[in-house]
Amino acid sequence: MKNVMGILNLQEDNGFIRELAERRSVELVPFAGRYRLVDFALSSIVNSGIINVGVMLPSNPRSLLDHLRSGKDWDLARRHDGLFYMPSVSADPSRKGTLKNFYYNLDFFEHHSQKYVLLANGSFVYNMDYDELLRFHQNTGADITLVYHTVSGQQEGESVVLETAENGLVEDISVKKNVYDGEKVSMGIVLIEKRIFIEMVRYSYEHGGEDLRMDTFVKRAGDYTIYAYEHDGYVAHVDSTASYYKASMDILQPEVWEELFMGKNAISTKVKDAVPVQYKETADVKNSLLANGCIVRGKVENSILFRGVTVGKDVTIKNSIIMQKCDIQDGALVENVICDKNVVITKEKWLKGAPNYPLIVKKNVVI
Amino acid sequence: MRKTECLAMILAGGQGSRLGALTKKIAKPAVPFGGKYRIIDFPLSNCANSGIDRVGVLTQYRPLELHNYLASGSAWDLDKKEGGVFILPPYAREKGADWYRGTADAIYQNLNFIDAADPDYVLILSGDHIYQMDYSWMLESHKQNKAEATIGVIEVPWDEAPRFGIMNTDKTGRIEEFEEKPAKPKSNLASMGIYIFNKDFLEKYLLDDAKDETSAHDFGKNIIPKMLKDKARLFSYAFEGYWKDVGTIESLWQANMDLLQDKPPFDLNGDWKIYSSNPSMPPHFVGPDAKVKNSMISEGSMVLGEVENSVIFPGVRIAKGAKVTNSVVMPSTVIGEGAVVDYAIVAQNCTISDHAAVTGEEGAVTVVAEGETVQPEAGSKQAG
Repeated sequence: MKNVMGILNLQEDNGFIRELAERRSVELVPFAGRYRLVDFALSSIVNSGIINVGVMLPSNPRSLLDHLRSGKDWDLARRHDGLFYMPSVSADPSRKGTLKNFYYNLDFFEHHSQKYVLLANGSFVYNMDYDELLRFHQNTGADITLVYHTVSGQQEGESVVLETAENGLVEDISVKKNVYDGEKVSMGIVLIEKRIFIEMVRYSYEHGGEDLRMDTFVKRAGDYTIYAYEHDGYVAHVDSTASYYKASMDILQPEVWEELFMGKNAISTKVKDAVPVQYKETADVKNSLLANGCIVRGKVENSILFRGVTVGKDVTIKNSIIMQKCDIQDGALVENVICDKNVVITKEKWLKGAPNYPLIVKKNVVI
Repeated sequence: MRKTECLAMILAGGQGSRLGALTKKIAKPAVPFGGKYRIIDFPLSNCANSGIDRVGVLTQYRPLELHNYLASGSAWDLDKKEGGVFILPPYAREKGADWYRGTADAIYQNLNFIDAADPDYVLILSGDHIYQMDYSWMLESHKQNKAEATIGVIEVPWDEAPRFGIMNTDKTGRIEEFEEKPAKPKSNLASMGIYIFNKDFLEKYLLDDAKDETSAHDFGKNIIPKMLKDKARLFSYAFEGYWKDVGTIESLWQANMDLLQDKPPFDLNGDWKIYSSNPSMPPHFVGPDAKVKNSMISEGSMVLGEVENSVIFPGVRIAKGAKVTNSVVMPSTVIGEGAVVDYAIVAQNCTISDHAAVTGEEGAVTVVAEGETVQPEAGSKQAG
């Protein structure tokens, strides 16, 4: 995989998950007790053996840079190759969109020796090894290979839907608002020969294109041989509060927890030094996920506790997601709630959302 | 090279034979502790937090896992351009090779390392104590006393004093007498095995000691008594706080249990953080029928059964109907359905099969050695 460079495109619009992503981009939304969404895409790239990773930064990159830093936690602090950052470009102020940054960073692609480019974004949850994908790409002789998963049940939110022939040849690409059972939905992962990618970006930007996905891939699909590769493991697309909540609750299924985290490839994240969870005499925890640094004296059911959460005596936490360093004080009740970081629920307060519409408590709020 | 004021040397070569089965495959400082740490995390974190950034770790017995764990020292922020962690195993010279023959000999054999760093002071630590200590205060006291050597001491209960090396001091803290395991102790100030020496002073005594054929080359037995005999300026530095020698199965078990108190006697997550090499593991999962009380559980574990008064390390599986009480379960061990573990220390990568039992009792904790499988037919494993 040394002949593949990984590109994390993290400059997507994050309007759809506004409540949680207000002061951070979607790829930095905390997930599964100790991770950020971007950890899944980045770990998959690294675990596949890719050692040259470029990151297209969002417009406000501070927290992302604080998370990734030198790339050391993903083994990307290397003497050669490793992690590269591509900030937003100020040239051509009249032009908008994600394509511009690629166009003005084409020298980065040209400069490095890798033959292929693997593009991914930061809003999907999966744990993939791209080794097989690369072989598939080489065997089919495709110009472009798109990775998809097959949707079960109905799924809301904007998706790129593929129609393919039996051998995987893509016959149509479209962007839809709703997708239904059995449809093939792109996971935002694209494998493409670098030479072709550079040509595509150059052509579409110079012909007025703005959006990488739309103008470079969807509109010009007919000009290239595109194959689709199925990932049959667990996949979640997080693009709304509902999908975030659903994906989080999925992790409480031991099979999903095992597949995502305990297989041969681990998901890495920024390391913090926290003590193992301390369960006190009155703790009562069922069907939950608890990250290190928590201290539990109350009842926790069907919930996810991030690092450093304190649960007081006679507390009940049910069907909830409690992020880093929240303090749920004695006698409080929290049900169907997502608490962002550093929230304090003071003594005896009751907080309840609906099962299909969780209540969101913003960062640093004291209730 | 930038000058180092105080160089730390951690004696981590001991076999730890009193830890029996736990140190069959690993050196004592590498023994897991407290749900995610290893014993050596304590002196290393203390160094990092005290601003001592050049640390030699002297290894000898079964060093593979310890070396692997220390790696570049980055877990303790000790991967410095200059300084950081230096792993110092015994090595061969022109005239043959020697093992470290004692604590003093281990330092003697690394005098060239000390000379290269050229520190004013050398801090000697051992790798088998659990405590949180700011060595910079001890160094400050060493300087104020214009001492040639300062020994860290802690008050122990009078009835336990005969088990320790006891320091008898005058009012100023100057050490007048040192008694190894005295039957009738005159004081209850026990040596913690922590020494600060002026570098040149130490070097002189080590050179003399190396020539002495009758010496056991041990700081406590030979070097310190010799210094006292010479009326050198030896001072004590009294440490207050939690300090535990975890050199025996019982004390290791007890120190783990101490962490389970409602307010633990020492805070692993406070301002004085203890760092360790963190595995990439997800938050642990507690199943729908699990019961967890008064315990510590770490990342990557899956608990479907019952856990009470126990410390569970990363990646441990506790199946449905299994019951773990009053025990320490080390990384990646699997405890099968309906198995019972009580008053036990189960080392890494063990398998306690379905319906098997590992039971000890208070004061006689059972140990299952690394990688062992316990079958149900074998019946209850004997305490010992």
